[in-house]
Amino acid sequence: MKITSKIYTALIFAFLFAPILVLLVFSFNEAKSLSVFSGFSLKWYKELFQDENTLEAVKNTLILACSATVISTVMGTAAAMGMHKLKNRFYKMAVDTVTNIPMINPDIITGISMMLVFVFVGRMFGAATSLNFWTMLIAHVTFCLPYVIFQVLPKLQQMDKSLTEAAMDLGCTPFRAFIKVTMPEILPGIITGAIMAFTLSLDDFVISYFTTGNDFQTLPIRIYGMTKKTVTPDMYALATIIFFVTLALLLLNNFVESGDDKRLAELKKQKKQKRSEQ
Amino acid sequence: MKTAVKTKNKSGMSLALAPYSVWSVLFILVPLIFVAYYAFTDNNFAFTTENITRFFTEVTKIKGDDGTVTEVHKYLVIFMRSLKLAVISTVVCLVMGYPIAYIMARSKPRTQKMLVTLIMIPMWMNFLIRTYAWMTILQDKGILNGLLSAIGLGTIDIIGTETAVIIGMVYDYFPYMILPIYSILAKMDDKLIEAAKDLGCNKFSVLKRVIFPLSLPGVISGITMVLIPSISTFYISQKLGNGKILLIGDAIESQYINNNLHFAAAIAFILMVILLVCMALVKYLTARLVYGGE
Repeated sequence: MKITSKIYTALIFAFLFAPILVLLVFSFNEAKSLSVFSGFSLKWYKELFQDENTLEAVKNTLILACSATVISTVMGTAAAMGMHKLKNRFYKMAVDTVTNIPMINPDIITGISMMLVFVFVGRMFGAATSLNFWTMLIAHVTFCLPYVIFQVLPKLQQMDKSLTEAAMDLGCTPFRAFIKVTMPEILPGIITGAIMAFTLSLDDFVISYFTTGNDFQTLPIRIYGMTKKTVTPDMYALATIIFFVTLALLLLNNFVESGDDKRLAELKKQKKQKRSEQ
Repeated sequence: MKTAVKTKNKSGMSLALAPYSVWSVLFILVPLIFVAYYAFTDNNFAFTTENITRFFTEVTKIKGDDGTVTEVHKYLVIFMRSLKLAVISTVVCLVMGYPIAYIMARSKPRTQKMLVTLIMIPMWMNFLIRTYAWMTILQDKGILNGLLSAIGLGTIDIIGTETAVIIGMVYDYFPYMILPIYSILAKMDDKLIEAAKDLGCNKFSVLKRVIFPLSLPGVISGITMVLIPSISTFYISQKLGNGKILLIGDAIESQYINNNLHFAAAIAFILMVILLVCMALVKYLTARLVYGGE
């Protein structure tokens, strides 16, 4: 790298990380001040862990994200298989377009539109409040589905069709052929899709905001509530913890990936050696 | 025997698609129809165009600095402001992001991987927290003013201005601009660049005639990924605009909070239509730019 590009890169990363650094440093501040660091203290962390509402929100977020991930991964994988087999061109295009809608539409419109349906149906049945955990789960599954589908679909397209046919010719039922042959081939796509669904669900604020009821708070909604009033540094403590969890997950992901790369490289080497021996 | 297996297989496959088909109709298509339905009805669900006309005609009085009162179209002003801030943020992201994507794509594989991870770390943090961090920095008694007064430059009022909102948008959506451009540039065939150089291009014209046109799909997806969330945001403007800079997202949100669902739907409907037109236009223009011409 040339010196100018080095300086530019450094500036960009300073811009990206300065705000995070600020939160990190001030989460350990003894005083409440946001601009003067008066001494090291862990008191905001202590306060955070005594805040039942926040702990409850963390639990809720995890429950919601896990449920949404399982449902959207199973339904999305099945849908991708169905879409892959579709022959009718018009029908194919229609499903493709509809699947793209939640990815392109602004979150606020996705959220508002689902809220309108939930409220309308709730009113039809005479319910006073129709927004709760279940409406949120439906919303999360809906915006996760396209990401799962578009991760699995390319894997199916790359797969050799004759493999499943061979398995069935050899006596497998279609279901067994799926488990034994198709599944291992498309598994990387399913896993990436599930991870994406999980992180999207964890992180979502806007769609949750419009589809949540009063009795179910996720972490982003809790953060929104906390930042609406005067803010105490326990918010910073929370942000710092989220930062380190994120960092750990990313590093783990990279580690797994680089392990994969190494294994692939190793395999290629072995193949080459075998060939040269022959 | 063979046909029996085939039909079984075929019906099995449409069964696999069935739950998703039902789901996507119920929770993707029906909600969109409901936006239109609510937009064109009043509280008793009788047809009306009042919500739509209200968006275009409602006036509000604003007081100028010299005490004069002028009447403006409330929602049109809000919409134009959203558009302006979103476009400025997108342009800033592109101008700042393209060089870094280029630098990343040209560096060694190990460095590339590290830089991508570094870009993704802020992206994986919740955007509420990211926005909030900027509020801490920019507010009146915040870190920026602390630093400025420490070196004797006095203080500036930046929170509650359009600049603050733009900083927030740029910061929150910056990675969405870099990553698509980077992934296209990283895959680009180096031979094309060598060929252009062999044929007498200097560095600038290689960039202009070869690299940039080939990276256009990445640029377009970067633009949409920054423009759409920033035109529809409401949290950034609430926090960094101090409630003074109202955007179209704020308008929708405040109608929702006041339980004015029909007007909220009308604003959402108008936003959706305008975005659809914009996207179609972008798609058409790129098709002409990339595949049209010579």
